Parts: sequence; structure tokens; C-alpha cells
Amino acid sequence: MIKEYKGLVNIMGPLILVEGVSGVKYEELVEIELPDKSKKNGKVLEVNGNKALVQVFEGTTGIDIERTKTRFLGHGIHIGVSKDMLGKVYNGFGKPKSEKDKIIPEENLDINGAPINPYARNYPNEFIQTGISTIDGLNTLVRGQKLPIFSGSGLPHNKMAAQIARQSTVLGKDEQFAVVFGAMGITFEEAQFFIDDFKKTGAITRSVLFLNLADDPAIERIATPRVALTSAEFLAFKHDMHVLVILTDMTNYCEALREISAARKEVPGRRGYPGYLYTDLSTIYERAGRIKGKKGSITLIPILTMPEDDKTHPIPDLTGYITEGQIILSRSLNRKKILPPVDILPSLSRLKDKGIGKGKTREDHADLFNQLYASYARGKEAEELAVILGESALTDMDKVYLKFAQDFELEYISQGDYENRTIEQTLNLGWRLLSIFPKEELKRIRDENIEKYYKKV
Amino acid sequence: MEKKTGRIIKVAGPLVVANNMLGSKMYDVVFVSDMKLMGEIIELNEDTAYIQVYEETSGIGVGEPVYQTGYPLSVELGPGLIESIYDGTQRPLDKIYSQVGDFITRGIQTNALDRNKTWKFIPIVKKGDKVSEGDKLGYVQETSLIKHYIMVPPYLSGEVIDIKSGDFKVDDVVAVLKDKDNKNLEINMMQKWPVRKPRPYLEKLPPILPMFTGQRVIDMFFPISKGGTACVPGPFGSGKTVIQHQLSKWADAEVIVYIGCGERGNEMTDVLIEFPELVDPKSGEPLMKRTVLVANTSNMPVAAREASVYTGITIAEYFRDMGYSVALMADSTSRWAEAMREISGRLEEMPGEEGYPAYLAAKIASFYERAGRVKCLASEEREGALTVIGAVSPPGGDLSDPVVQATLRVVKVFWSLEAQLAYRRHFPAISWLNSYSLYIDNIKEYIIKNVSENYFELQNKSMRILEEEAELEEIVRLVGIDALSGNDRLILLVAKMIREDFLHQNAFHEIDTYSRIDKQYKMINVIQYFYTKGKEYLQKGINIVDIENMRVRDRVARMKYTPIENIENIESIKKEIDDEFDELLKKL
Ligand SMILES: Nc1ncnc2c1ncn2[C@@H]1O[C@H](COP(=O)(O)OP(=O)(O)OP(=O)(O)O)[C@@H](O)[C@H]1O
Ligand SMILES: [Mg+2]
Repeated sequence: MIKEYKGLVNIMGPLILVEGVSGVKYEELVEIELPDKSKKNGKVLEVNGNKALVQVFEGTTGIDIERTKTRFLGHGIHIGVSKDMLGKVYNGFGKPKSEKDKIIPEENLDINGAPINPYARNYPNEFIQTGISTIDGLNTLVRGQKLPIFSGSGLPHNKMAAQIARQSTVLGKDEQFAVVFGAMGITFEEAQFFIDDFKKTGAITRSVLFLNLADDPAIERIATPRVALTSAEFLAFKHDMHVLVILTDMTNYCEALREISAARKEVPGRRGYPGYLYTDLSTIYERAGRIKGKKGSITLIPILTMPEDDKTHPIPDLTGYITEGQIILSRSLNRKKILPPVDILPSLSRLKDKGIGKGKTREDHADLFNQLYASYARGKEAEELAVILGESALTDMDKVYLKFAQDFELEYISQGDYENRTIEQTLNLGWRLLSIFPKEELKRIRDENIEKYYKKV
Repeated sequence: MEKKTGRIIKVAGPLVVANNMLGSKMYDVVFVSDMKLMGEIIELNEDTAYIQVYEETSGIGVGEPVYQTGYPLSVELGPGLIESIYDGTQRPLDKIYSQVGDFITRGIQTNALDRNKTWKFIPIVKKGDKVSEGDKLGYVQETSLIKHYIMVPPYLSGEVIDIKSGDFKVDDVVAVLKDKDNKNLEINMMQKWPVRKPRPYLEKLPPILPMFTGQRVIDMFFPISKGGTACVPGPFGSGKTVIQHQLSKWADAEVIVYIGCGERGNEMTDVLIEFPELVDPKSGEPLMKRTVLVANTSNMPVAAREASVYTGITIAEYFRDMGYSVALMADSTSRWAEAMREISGRLEEMPGEEGYPAYLAAKIASFYERAGRVKCLASEEREGALTVIGAVSPPGGDLSDPVVQATLRVVKVFWSLEAQLAYRRHFPAISWLNSYSLYIDNIKEYIIKNVSENYFELQNKSMRILEEEAELEEIVRLVGIDALSGNDRLILLVAKMIREDFLHQNAFHEIDTYSRIDKQYKMINVIQYFYTKGKEYLQKGINIVDIENMRVRDRVARMKYTPIENIENIESIKKEIDDEFDELLKKL
């Protein structure tokens, strides 16, 4: 039963207030008809007596008080999903971009989904080879993980994400693989970069794109990650596919949320973001994972640009509190043209230990990882010291570490956009770089691994 | 059972407002709409009730019914708690899984304790015995580790006129008492208790027993007592969850209650997969056999998250009442505070600092106040303890956060996690300069008697070296290491040994993950021995560089990997230290 009302009492920013309603439900989808007969979508944020507060996804431009009609559709926001979505393009609200993007839905799903029962989860532990050494070797990604890229404006996070999407495979397995791409407020060029890249490599046929671009309505972005994840869940858990979800740029998403919160005059939290930002983000990020008895999985790579490169800004901070590690890009490496500019020391994949080692990557992986990390850290310290006191102040061994850190950046971190390194290559490269040290310096590596690999690969 | 029906007049996220609610009481449970979503009354104003709803409220509208129950939010206490995983309102997640599958849908009602399962009840009392509140009537061997005592519920007492023995379900009567009014009281194996009300005990006892955790930085420098309180604040990725998992695994408590409050789903899965495989070092039984899990992950409804810490602590108190030493972990109390903030915001209450409600500090204080070593409610002498350890997740790791500050005002142990240490992969990233424990004086006597006479002497000396290191590092940064005297360089060397070979502890290493207290003592003892000898031989003219390059340092570094059955070998390192110093002297 659809109810229609004419006229509003109030318009404030992206919100409208409708009076005299009855039977309206919280979170109900609203169709708004403007005086010029064009239509917009809304969502009920609050019902209070006979008043309904509605958030308008396409913004309130053109809406008037007297003639605007609202229709309450009796259900929440749904998206029609089907396997045929692969290869198609949608707007940020899940509507087909063109005639050829239309599908016959197999199911209609609420975009909010429902929380995965923690008891139903399966622990992520299957190694994904991305072909990028800084990830595979040092910040290993596993299926079902949520691992964000913390970037800054102007840094090549898109290139890196595209490379991950292009190259990701699980060793020794030939399984159904899909990419769901959700764009929030990125520029046309950035979006086109992904589309072209997916087309060039043929990845487009196994991708679903949801695009809300910089000039699309800002509030629509609030729906974008949810429609993207709803279709990902469908592909993963109904069609057994391994889905990689890329969401970019979460910073724009959070800003849209802040706009709504400000319009509602809520008590702001840090830097004006609403106090419930943590909970809101976790209802997005926690949709990644594996489920017992299900073949498919959702691996999530959200990308965000840190305002002023500040890791303690609420957006990266709260994201870090929810995700299972973070890949941080470095402006200084980028300046040195060391690409992708992954800042090794603060980056971390918390699930790496479950995805590496014998039978998964190689038995020396954990030792090698620890040694490379420690040696690079010491090399960077030596570098700092050399800047303050001059290189002559370094001990002979510190000079070796300094050399190691430089080589490591040039050969290990630095990698071509289309260079797809196998895990074998990544590991062997690590050993080759370590051979600059005498055996005794490699304290983090077990004797049997030294025996087998040191100066042998 | 359902009483008067109210009518919804407002829905705003997890907050629902209803009128026609006269007759209901504060903190009563209600069911919202015909979907029967569970909620709790958190404010009453004439006939209007403000309800926090424990489930997602989308699709709920004005005019829908609200069903009163007349009872407060309560938990079921009885056999079947151990090894369970519950959500924030004690719904068993495994049952929900078998009912509705992978995703948690709404309006599911299940009993917290399985009504069909039978337990073998073994009586302790006999007919004619006089019993009063808290007294043990009998027990059920719930798991290989836990004897679950069936106690006379609080406020009841009388003479046993019937006592059963054999297989029963939790709601079967196992004893009948005749009270002083000659009324028969039927007692089954299940109690209900309102979560917001602390369970009674006779009196609090001083916290004089240490709770060893097998984590060296904690036990040696910042120990916690049984019945004590501690907090672990730190930025993301600094190791709060790993520490709480470590304590759940290795702390010498008899029962563990682990609350995942607004954190990750996978971390709960991790516990579910790992704990049944891990073996308790004392009993050799799987650790899961002493563990209860409460999981209200970040994507689950926010009001139920608020309830989860109360659900968990009430279960913990119940086992304390049996005379057990219980340890409760809450990860993370910040998410609980945020849930309070969100509900408070919807109630349009006057916000305090950072938007948190003005009563934040009071709620935090009364939560930790439920910890303690107590004389249990019973006519026999019985002692129980409830130790509470809360993680705090301040924005940006900033300790001026109101939740951190309110917590520090009440807890006695502060394990301060530092981003810089985590960043350098020094784990556990507990800062040795900023952390503290206020229990040391309480537990001193026990440790001196049971571990070693000079335990605290070693502890003090080691801490002093770490402090000196911090001062010396300043100098090194300015003028380089060559400017330091041999003695100062020795201090730096020993400090490094303390940090890397003692404090650093890898949670994921098979042996290093747990260090028994005698092993810890032996380790720190060897390092101090090295220091004493080092000073002595510097005097004799040995060069500091030669000391820095001693082979035996490698042996010291590997002490931590010594299996517990070989810890005598740690002692023998002293001899190697002597020998190598002599060797150096000979070369001179
Ligand atoms: N004792 C330890 N031994 C080895 N590694 C550790 C230890 N403690 C922490 N780590 C490492 O640090 C990572 C982050 O730890 P943890 O998940 O406990 O952080 P947290 O403080 O709980 O973060 P958040 O606030 O985001 O939940 C772990 O995944 C692990 O890699
Ligand atoms: Mg954690």
C-alpha cells in the first residue's frame, strides 16, 4: 500500500520534513516527485508522531514546499541482483547507467544486509597473490580480509588498487573470481582509469561497477558502498565467487555522512563527524569475510585519502580500528619515484600470519619477513642518524644497513605497474637483498632456513 | 505473560518512544512491534517510555504496538554457560545459526540455556539440612574443568525437604526447601538475574593474591591481583586484543568471560577456533572448557552492545559466587561508551565531554566496582574473585579521551600501549615508563613467599636500568654513543637485553607465548647477573666493546625459547657468563 502526500513543512540541506503522514516506517524508501515531475529518492531518518524526516539522496535542489509530492513505498532500499550484473555499470544508488546495463533480477535485496553471525564465520587464511612484493611479502592479504589503503591526495592509490584487481590470484586454484567496484565522489578521470584498465585486461567482464562521481549527488554516496556490498554478498555467498570489493574514496563517503549529521543538528564528534561514524563504518567493513560451508568470499580494499596526511584524523583512525591492518602510502617514497610507494614500517596486515608459511607460501616466509622488516627499520634509523651526525658517525655495520635500506627501496618496494611477481620471485628477491649481510647478522632467521636459502637463491 | 500494550509514537534509530506505557518500570524489557524486537526502557515520563531496542529498527513505524513484560533485562544462569557464545543480550549465537543461518535476522527468540539438555546433578546436602542463600545444594560436572555448583538463589533459605540426584534439565526441580513461613520453595538448576544489578556477596577482601598471566612485562613489572581491575588503552593495532586473548589463554583464573564489545567478528571466530585446540598449562584440558564468550560485534545492533558488558559481568559474578577465581575481558569498553553516547544523543540529553553523557564516568566506575576478591554469599567460608580487564580505544590513541580518563580514575593497573613500540614491532607494546600497577604492595608478601625473596629487588633494579636508558638515549641522540663512559654503555646494553630478551614476548611463538613465573624470575635473574659481572669486569679493565660482542648474549637472547621442562638450563647461563668474562680477562 503506497501512500502519497503533497507538500512539505521544511527543507534543510539534504533533508525534508513531511507532516500529516501515517504508517510511515523508519528507513523506508521514499519517492519524491518534484514540481517538474522529475523524481528523487529518499530514506526515512526518523518518524515522530505524524512527521517524517527524510534524507534525499540526490540533494534537495528543485524541491519546493507546496507542490513536491512524497510517496512512501513500504519497503527499505533494495537492489535487484543477478549474476548478469557482471560486466555492467550502475550509478551510486544501484540504478543501471544505461539500457544495456539492465538485468532481470534473481533477487531483490535490502542494501543494509544483516550482520554475519560471528559463529558462522570462517577464519580468513588463504593467501592471495597480488603480484606486488610489498603486499605479498610483507603485508600478506588473505581471502575474506578487509585491508584498507591509507593514501593522500595525489598519491597513486588508484594505480595500486587497479594492479591488485588485475593480478590477484589464489595459488594453485582456478576459481570464480569477481571484482565489485564502488566509486564515491571520485573524478570522472579516476573512474575512467579503472574502467579502461578493466577493459584492457578483460577484467571488465567479471566486474560490477557502481559509480558515484564527483559531480553526482553527494548524499547518494551513502548508499554506494551498501549497494556494492549487497551485490558482492550475493555473488560470493549465492554464486560461490571470490569477490574483491574496492571502495574508493571512503573519505568522500564520510563527508556525506557528516553533511547529514550537521543538517540534523546532531551533537558532533571529533572534527564534526558524527559520534556514530565508527558504527556506521563497521556496518560496511564487517561485511567482508568468509562463511562456514560457503565456497565464496568477500575481500575488501577500501581506499581513503587522509586529510592532511594525518593518520589520526577520524576517518583513517576509525577505519584502522575496524579493519584488519592497513597499507599506508608514503609521500616521500612517491617523490623519490619509488612506486607503489608503500610505507613499510607503519603498514601491517594483521592476518598475514594465517596466510603464510609452508603449504601456503613457503616455509621461510615468516622468518624472511621479520628479518627484512627489522633490517629495513634499522637501515632507516641509520639513514636518519646520518642526516643528523653525518655518514661518518655511522658504524661500519650501520653503513651496510643504510645500503640495504636503499637497495630495498629501489628493488623490492619499487615495482612496475604491470610487473606481476610470483611469491617465489618476491621471496627470492628478499633473500638476494639480505645477502649483503654476513650470516650472523640475520638473527631473526632460523638456522635451517639460512642453510637452505642464504646466498643460494 | 504479556501485559498492557503501548503504542509507538517515534522511531529514531535504536531509540523508540511509546505512550500508553503506564505500569512499566525503568529497565523493564519490552517487545517492540509484532516483529517482537527486544528492547529495554531507559526513561519514563508519565505514560511515555523511551526504549532502547536491541535489534535493528528499520521498518518499524508510529502506531505499532509495544508489549510489556514487567521484568528487567536478565540473564539465565546455570549449567550450559561454559563454552557458549552469546550475543549482547545472551542469545546463543550457535542456536541462532542453526535456526536462521549465516546472517542474524530479527525477532529471533531463543533460551540462553538449552532446555532439552540433561545434566547429571550430584547432591551435596541432605534432607533436613538448613541452607541459606548462596549455599551449595549440589553440583553438575559441566566441563572437565568446571564443577558447576547449584546454589540456593539469593534471598532464599530454609530446610531441605527434598533433594534429588541424577539426570535433570536446567528447569527441573532438584531441591525443595521449606522456608520460615512453612512455604515450599522449589529450586531448579537455573537462576535469573537482572544484569544491571550486581550480585550480592558478604564482603570485599583485600587483593593480596597475584593473578599471574604468563606475560613477562605484566607479571614482573605491572602485575594484577586476583579481583583487581586493569585497563589497556592504546591506538589501533597496538595490541589490545592480543593481550586480552593472551590473558584469556594463560591467566591463572578458573573461569574466563570474554566480551567482544563492538569489535571484529573474525576475532571471535579466532577464539572459537583456537581455544578448543589450546591446552591449559595446569590441567592439560582445552582452554575452551573454562571459557564463556559474549560477542556483540561492531556491526551488530548498538543497544545490545551497551548491554553486552552487563551480560558478561553478571555471568562472571555468578561463577565468582561459586568460589571461583574469574577473569573478565572487555574488548573494547570504548565501544560500550560510544553506544551509551549514541543512545544519549537520541534521547537529546545534555552532552558532556566529546558528546558523551554526563553519567559516563559513573557508569564506568560502577562497572569496575563489580570486580573484587570477595567473601561469597554462603554460610560456609567461601572466597571468590572477579578480575576485570578492559581495553580502551581512544581516538588517535590520545589518552586525554574521556573514556580513558574516567577509567584511569577507577582501575588500579594501567598497561599503556604505545604506538611507537608497536610500530617498532616491540610486543607487547606496553610502555615500561608510563604503565603502573598499584597492587604491588598488596601482593608483595605472597610473591616473596612463593616465588623469591629478591623478586622485587630484581624488579626495581631492572626498572631503574630502563629509566636510565631513557635518559642516556637523549645524550646519545645529541652527541653519539662514543661520548658515553663504559658504565653507561653497559647500562644501555643491559637495558637492551631487558627489552629484547625479556620484555619482548611473541604471542604467536609456541613456547614464548606463555612464561611461567619461575621461568620469568630465572630470566631476569640471569640478565641482572650479567650486569653485575659486567660492572665488575669493566673495573678490571675489559673493554665495553668486547662485552657488547660477547657470545653469551646469544644464549641470553634464546632463554625465552626454553621449554618449561628445561628451565634449569637458564641457570647454567650464569656459568657461561663467568667463563666468557674470564676468557676476556685472560686475553687482556
Ligand atoms: N604479543 C604480540 N606478539 C606478536 N604480535 C603481536 C603481539 N601483540 C600484537 N601483535 C601484532 O599487532 C597486531 C595488532 O594487535 P591487536 O589486534 O591486538 O591490536 P588492537 O590494539 O586490538 O587494535 P584495534 O584497536 O584495532 O582492535 C596483531 O595482529 C599482531 O600482528
Ligand atoms: Mg582489538
